[in-house]
Amino acid sequence: MTTYQEFIQQNEDRDGVRFSWNLWPFSRQDATRLVVPVSCLFTPLKERPNLPPVQYEPVMCSRANCKAVLNPLCQVDFRAKIWACNFCFQRNPFPPSYGGISEVNQPAELMPQFSTIEYIVQRGPPAPLIFLYVVDTCLEEEDLQALKESLQMSLSLLPPNALVGLITFGRMVQVHELSCEGISKSYVFRGTKDLSSKQIQEMLGLTKPAAAVGQQGRPLAPQDAAASCRFLQPVHRVDMNLTDLLGELQRDPWPVPQGKRPLRSTGVALSVAVGLLEGTFPNTGARVMLFIGGPPTQGPGMVVGDELKTPIRSWHDIQKDNARHLKKATKYYEALANRSAVNGHSIDIYACALDQTGLLEMKCLSNLTGGHIVMGDSFNTSLFKQTFQRVFNKDYNGDFRMAFGGVMEVKTSRELKVCGTIGPCVSLNSKGSCVSENEMGIGGTSQWKVCSLDPSTTLGIYFEVVNQHNAPVPQGGRGAIQFVTQYQHSNTQRRIRVTTVARNWADAQSQIQHIESSFDQEAAAVLMARLGVFRAESEEGPDVLRWLDRQLIRLCQKFGQFNKDDPTSFKLSESLSLYPQFMFHLRRSPFLQVFNNSPDESSYYRHHFVRQDLTQSLIMVQPILYAYSFHGPPEPVLLDSSSILPDRILLMDTFFQLVIYHGETIAQWRKAGYQDMPEYENFKQLLQAPLDDAQEILQTRFPMPRYIDTEHGGSQARFLLSKVNPSQTHNNLYAWGQETGAPILTDDVSLQVFMDHLKKLAVSNSV
Amino acid sequence: MNVNQHTPMASPYGQPQPGYGQPTYAPLDGGYPTPYAPYNGPASAYQSGVPQQGYSPFTSFPSKAVAANPVSDLSSPLDLGPARGPPASGPPPASAPLQYNQYSHSQGDMQNGPPPMTQAPPRPAVSQPYNPGAMNLSQPSYPQHYGPPPTMQQVTNQMTGMQITSGPPTPAGPGYAPPHSSQPPVSTPYSAAPAPSYTQAPLPVSSAPTQPPPPSAPATSQQYYGGPPPPSQQPFNSSLPPTSQQQFTSSVPPPPASQQTLPPSSYSGPVPPPSQAPPPPVSQPQQSFPPPQPPFSSAPPPLSQPAFSSGPPPPAQGSFPPRAPPPSSQPGSFPPPGPPPTSAPSCQYPGPMPPQQQPPPSQPSPYHSGPPPPRAQMPLTSMAQSNHLPPGPQGPPGPPGALQQPPPQPGMQPGYPPQQNGAFGQVRGPQPGYAGPYPGQPNYGAPAPAPAPPAQKRLDPDAIPSPIQVIEDDKAKCTEPFTTGVRGQAPPLVTTNFQVKDQGNASPRFVRCTAYNMPCTADMAKQSQVPLAAVIKPLATLPQDETPPYLVDHGEGGPIRCNRCKAYMCPYMQFIEGGRRFQCGFCSCVTEVPPHYFQHLDHTGKRVDCYDRPELSLGSYEFLATVDYCKNNKIPQPPAFIFLIDVSYNAVKSGMVSIVCQELKTLLDYLPRENPEMDSVVRVGFVTYNKVLHFYNVKSSLAQPQMLVVSDVSDMFVPLLDGFLVNVNESRQVIESLLDQIPEMFADTRETETVFGPVIQAGLEALKAADCAGKLFVFHTSLPIAEAPGKLKNREDKKLIGTDKEKSLFQPQVSFYNTLAKECVAQGCCVDLFLFPNQYVDVATLGVVPVSTGGSIYKYTYFQAQSDQERFLNDLRRDVQKLVGFDAVMRVRTSTGIRATDFFGSFFMSNTTDVELAGLDCDKAITVEFKHDDKLSEETGALIQCAVLYTSCSGQRRLRIHNMAVNCCSQLADLYRNCETDTIINFFSKYAFRGVLNNPTKAVRDTLVNQCAQILACYRKNCASPSSAGQLILPECMKLLPVYLNCVLKSDVLLPGADVSLDDRAYLRQMISCMDVAETHVFFYPRLLPLMKLESGSLPVAVRDSEERLSKGGVYLMETGLHLFLWVGASVQQELLHNIFGTPSFSQIDSSMTSLPVLENPFSQRLREMIDSFRAQRSRYMKLMVVKQEDRAELIFRHFLVEDKSTSGGASYVDFLCHMHKEIRQLLS
Repeated sequence: MTTYQEFIQQNEDRDGVRFSWNLWPFSRQDATRLVVPVSCLFTPLKERPNLPPVQYEPVMCSRANCKAVLNPLCQVDFRAKIWACNFCFQRNPFPPSYGGISEVNQPAELMPQFSTIEYIVQRGPPAPLIFLYVVDTCLEEEDLQALKESLQMSLSLLPPNALVGLITFGRMVQVHELSCEGISKSYVFRGTKDLSSKQIQEMLGLTKPAAAVGQQGRPLAPQDAAASCRFLQPVHRVDMNLTDLLGELQRDPWPVPQGKRPLRSTGVALSVAVGLLEGTFPNTGARVMLFIGGPPTQGPGMVVGDELKTPIRSWHDIQKDNARHLKKATKYYEALANRSAVNGHSIDIYACALDQTGLLEMKCLSNLTGGHIVMGDSFNTSLFKQTFQRVFNKDYNGDFRMAFGGVMEVKTSRELKVCGTIGPCVSLNSKGSCVSENEMGIGGTSQWKVCSLDPSTTLGIYFEVVNQHNAPVPQGGRGAIQFVTQYQHSNTQRRIRVTTVARNWADAQSQIQHIESSFDQEAAAVLMARLGVFRAESEEGPDVLRWLDRQLIRLCQKFGQFNKDDPTSFKLSESLSLYPQFMFHLRRSPFLQVFNNSPDESSYYRHHFVRQDLTQSLIMVQPILYAYSFHGPPEPVLLDSSSILPDRILLMDTFFQLVIYHGETIAQWRKAGYQDMPEYENFKQLLQAPLDDAQEILQTRFPMPRYIDTEHGGSQARFLLSKVNPSQTHNNLYAWGQETGAPILTDDVSLQVFMDHLKKLAVSNSV
Repeated sequence: MNVNQHTPMASPYGQPQPGYGQPTYAPLDGGYPTPYAPYNGPASAYQSGVPQQGYSPFTSFPSKAVAANPVSDLSSPLDLGPARGPPASGPPPASAPLQYNQYSHSQGDMQNGPPPMTQAPPRPAVSQPYNPGAMNLSQPSYPQHYGPPPTMQQVTNQMTGMQITSGPPTPAGPGYAPPHSSQPPVSTPYSAAPAPSYTQAPLPVSSAPTQPPPPSAPATSQQYYGGPPPPSQQPFNSSLPPTSQQQFTSSVPPPPASQQTLPPSSYSGPVPPPSQAPPPPVSQPQQSFPPPQPPFSSAPPPLSQPAFSSGPPPPAQGSFPPRAPPPSSQPGSFPPPGPPPTSAPSCQYPGPMPPQQQPPPSQPSPYHSGPPPPRAQMPLTSMAQSNHLPPGPQGPPGPPGALQQPPPQPGMQPGYPPQQNGAFGQVRGPQPGYAGPYPGQPNYGAPAPAPAPPAQKRLDPDAIPSPIQVIEDDKAKCTEPFTTGVRGQAPPLVTTNFQVKDQGNASPRFVRCTAYNMPCTADMAKQSQVPLAAVIKPLATLPQDETPPYLVDHGEGGPIRCNRCKAYMCPYMQFIEGGRRFQCGFCSCVTEVPPHYFQHLDHTGKRVDCYDRPELSLGSYEFLATVDYCKNNKIPQPPAFIFLIDVSYNAVKSGMVSIVCQELKTLLDYLPRENPEMDSVVRVGFVTYNKVLHFYNVKSSLAQPQMLVVSDVSDMFVPLLDGFLVNVNESRQVIESLLDQIPEMFADTRETETVFGPVIQAGLEALKAADCAGKLFVFHTSLPIAEAPGKLKNREDKKLIGTDKEKSLFQPQVSFYNTLAKECVAQGCCVDLFLFPNQYVDVATLGVVPVSTGGSIYKYTYFQAQSDQERFLNDLRRDVQKLVGFDAVMRVRTSTGIRATDFFGSFFMSNTTDVELAGLDCDKAITVEFKHDDKLSEETGALIQCAVLYTSCSGQRRLRIHNMAVNCCSQLADLYRNCETDTIINFFSKYAFRGVLNNPTKAVRDTLVNQCAQILACYRKNCASPSSAGQLILPECMKLLPVYLNCVLKSDVLLPGADVSLDDRAYLRQMISCMDVAETHVFFYPRLLPLMKLESGSLPVAVRDSEERLSKGGVYLMETGLHLFLWVGASVQQELLHNIFGTPSFSQIDSSMTSLPVLENPFSQRLREMIDSFRAQRSRYMKLMVVKQEDRAELIFRHFLVEDKSTSGGASYVDFLCHMHKEIRQLLS
């Protein structure tokens, strides 16, 4: 056990990879029976302070359809200066520069500790970072002011050579020209008209007349650059201009009649932004940052009409197929997102409003391009301000924690094929020998584009074992997987990170115990959750739950130890013991339950769930609960209603919220002001402890969680109560006695009931 | 000598007249009522005479009357002089009165009784009576009174204008004298007519009729006049048809012609000659006697008229008495004889004669003298008179008119009187009548043929009707305010300065009709072919001394209107049942008077408060409209002006952009406002554009303007609302900063393509967004070839000119702009377009929106900052500052019986009755054509009410009402007697210029010629006395129709020269469509002033637009309404050069100068004053072009010498007249 746990931890630390199974069944049949597919969570840009990048190009397999990168798993003939590709077994000579290679003089990529290695390659001119602000001006004065300040502040965080652009929109869309002096100049687009990229570029004067292009051909490049410069300028040059411009930004001047929403042309604004970048900096890292204070109300991508009397769609409407604009808008944004993704530009959405802003429709913009979504109540909150600031966080090298234009390629050894990926990426439709026909997530390709990456961006990658059952298990054979991620580093370098991992093959018949013990239930839970969430995007909620349940039951049947039809005899090994509990909380999570969540919130939660790393994802599935009391040091406690005691302070981290809950007694003491009395210094410390811990989490997390300080009986306590396992409810309160915990007023089943039921089903023959 | 005598005479007369007039008339009335009545109809003439003389009652007529008086005086003097001479003067009162009385009576009655209404009837009556004689009648009538022969003579005399001369002759005959005198012509002709002439005349006359003219005339003329007379006569003859021309020419003896015309009155013939003969001298003398002139001009004319009207006799008395000048005129008449004696006479005349004559000196003198002096001094002058005559000859009727008028011209001296008589309001009427008599003129025609030999190939231009003469005559007649109280009274010509007093009908500044006597039935109208139309200029600017329309507020209920036809309350509403109801004058429906509007009636059935309420007593007034009259039932927002400036390469390079921006900085302080104390409420906005549009946010809170670029030209929209349209004062800083920066921003532009459709759309959208009406000022340079709605192709194809496809070049290339125009109108978005093209821009298409929205187009081809800046800026200033109404709807309601059927102008019509004008400014006129749909009654006349609902520039919704009542007649002669040729030409030109859209231009020209021929033929057939078919007889009121029509036919639109671009034609075509009568008049017949001598206070008398009239040693100023030329003769006097240019030699004149150097000498000052005042008169600034004789630029100048053959093949006046005569003869045969 420990070995596996250590192995898993070590692998994660070194390669950013966590597999659901760390021993792989050798045949397709066996693999299928394991229920949880062979899959992994991969964090391409996992921060590796101890991994110095190498300054040369990777050596690749010469076989055209392989092109695997030389790695520690390759067999090397130092004498012949030949290496054998461990994926296709092609024998490749080393390039001349490797002439001095020998057993004692090995390049880094051959050393085992460099199973993950990063190359800096010199291809093309260094591409500047591009930030294009797309700002909604239909905001309340106060919000707009706050947003303007945030934006102005952000200018100071940008590297001087970064290019910035500004598009504002309300009823119209304005693309501001930043290079002009005197009169400020902007290009205006009507908010109701869907324009093609070509039209937009023409209207912005980014293209020369066809005739001119035809005659002169290429030489126009410099002019193009100059033209684009009007809208995208280096920060250092337009700093003042832009600051003034932002300062003078007015609220949308068109009057909003009573009973109407302001007309907000978000769709066109985005289309213009995408078109602008498409025309000027294709395949260059760029970030479109969209700030919205309400839903798009006109033009393409409209989410809701401008009549206030028609509310924005709810889950109820959607289920009843009553959401008029949903499909059209979604389709529109998807098309935009795909265009943007193809060009390597990512789109962030910062939505701050009390009501929904149409994230449901727009989520794909970020989901497909690796952009962020941040949801808040107002731009004038620290939640937004700090989160926004954190976008520009820097790493230990002083570089932005962001990378652009990532292309991740997966190569597998012959026994494996890749089924798909779930994460903030799009398929590059690269068919190859290692692509499975069985799609899970975004499949049918071995390459994905992740337009924007940060060190925590994590993809779930699913594989299929394709070996036939009767094929022999090679002795000591290992299946290998190589992840090749090319990206544009925030310091404008192009880099390639190569991670090569291998796992042993096992025979499911004889080595099932080993396989079971190689199970990584945390990774498996998250990977299954991703599958569930991915399905939930396209399927009805209940179907997804049923599917999850079935998977769980099958897993339990496969690995549980029980006597037939005897639930009480059911036992799970330690490596699977937590898995049902994860599933229990996942079923209750907002990722699969839409009750009490708006469509926007669901989209927001799901967005983050499919891109965060394992730890964060687990927190999202099963929040962490700490207890602070005089009885001992702070300790994690069960996420259970029984943990809610009067003399405790609870700190719950759900990733999206941080809740500090003061038990009844504590709350009374606090109200009485004991903490201010010198003799109750210890009480004061007790009160302070969770605050400090919360602060620590707040400091590091992106997006910044909603911070809630509440107490017993407080209205905000619902955040806590909705998360804990309802072991005590109004139904069984008296059965359990009154001495501990707090009853939850819900009809949801408790974990106990869930488990009982699971056991029953697992031991039965059905299913 | 005579003069002297006359003068004395005059004074005596004057005295007697006062008393005389009344008494005499009274009796006369009794005696001659009926017969005269008809004449009275013409009463106008009479009135003119009468009023001035002594008929204070006729104050209304005074102006004309005054003129008449002088005429009469003159004539009378003349008559008296020759015929009765002194005696007349002395006793004249009595004797003359009698005769006159007859005329005068009738007239007098008319006037006296019912100054307004009564007159009308009488006139008709008169006319009828006349009609028979009309021309003839007059003769008959004359005969009766005076004796047949004389009448004829007189008539002819009158006709000829020469008549005057003839008149004099008549005077010779005692009996005639009066008639003559009565007739306008009398004066000059008469004067000229000296007895001698008569004697001779008779002969000629007789001869004329038969073989006419030619031989006899010439001979006679020669005989009579010897050398001199003939010439004058000849001209006349020449004026006649070819044959006639010859005759005339030959007739040099135009006099003969006159005689001929007069034939009946052999006298006339003779008279004229004599008169002429003498006149020349006279004229000279007159001229020489400037002093007298003044008096004449002012007093004399009137006198003459009155004199005439009253009766030749009275004239002598009356006229004389009133004014010394008249005497002069008399002298003048004598002078003719005297003239010969020039020196002596001159001396004598000086006093009297000069006045009139002098003013006109050269020309007038000619004219005046014309009759008499014509030969002597100026053949021309003589010609003039003769011309008049000739015209007469040509158009017999014309002659009468012409004669009369001519006389007036001569009136300058003697001539004026006659003309005045003729011209005078009624005078005109009478003239027609006279015309009848003139049929004699036809004789001229006949004679003319004979004369042909002399003239041979060419009619003497002096022998044909002269516009200048007519204009001057009318000016001379008009000395008193024109009051509009009388139904069917033709106003003075547009070339005359006069004051208007609104007494129940709209001022001619607002409404001018082609006919003030409409035919009662459709058949008549069809027969005559005279177009029935009105030119309405609803928001015309009034001179300082006239009150603008009062604003009437009828309270919440809105204006009181007829229940059925919805006509607005006006003086024609008849209150009945003690004031509780009123009967509509238009549809006769009876409507309850709302309680708050009730008022008791007095014993005449008039409301007691009649004169307290403008809507009951005035012809023009405004109602305050209620919210019901507003679009969407919302009180309108204040309008907005949006400036849209082309900033493409061409625009920047030509300097246009910087000029506009610079100018706007100051101009914005002069946005239109109704109360000069207040700031204008008009908001402004700015847009620049090339291939894309740039809007500017100039909100006052901004430190710098913001530019918003809209590239989506295919689907135009307004990028901002707040901050686009701003109040000038609030945003001044930002606006100035913007205007400073625009030229800089685009200084280096390399964009050459432009859009146009989206530009207007942008303005339109902006107004829509702001929910207000407004005006767009578009400054545009080139054909919009950039990809956008409304994109155009270059389709200029000279090969199409003259083909059936030519019309397509006038039509818009794409229908986009029609649709756009419709939208603009719906929003009240008026578009003014300033074009600065360097090549073809397709004005026909670009102009669609401006033309449909009541906007204007200004075109500055090859614009160059230095030379065109002034013109452009002045146009721009005027265009921005002028008062304008928005979102206007005009509706013309008429009496049952006629209906407004067709409209011409800059507007849009979505149905057949409502004229929709997005914008309506003070320079826009709309021509409305009426057709019968039933019978009209002579009693009630025809009523026209034009109501314009509009939003004033202060945002107030108003209704402007113009009422017009005209008479109806059942006799064609009446119709012809009360026409206004200028207005008819206005109608014809608009009709024709619209016709080219759908017909080949040749067909359009032919149609015009045909209609004109039919009009004249109808007159000849039905109104003129029977005479030789060879004679051209023109109605007095229409004697200029041929010359003006020829100008229309020769215009660039209908007959383009090789160097006239399509754009120019389209531009002119569209511009004409909204011109008023004054503008079309000067446009088609430019004003050409000799500058050899300038006096402060008065303008020199114009000369005719012909190269022949230009003296090499002179300097001339020509004004067309669009251009201003200063033509400098090659051998101009050094002094002139020095005074004008400050240079000593001809060769040093810089012909590229656009303004004259400021020199400190009176001449230069006066000239510049004149130029300035001309410019001030016109709605467009005229750039001055200095044209040196025989310079290349002279070609352009010559183009406007419209009486000459044009290089593009247009006929000369003379040729055209012959052609016209041929056409008429064809119709008659």
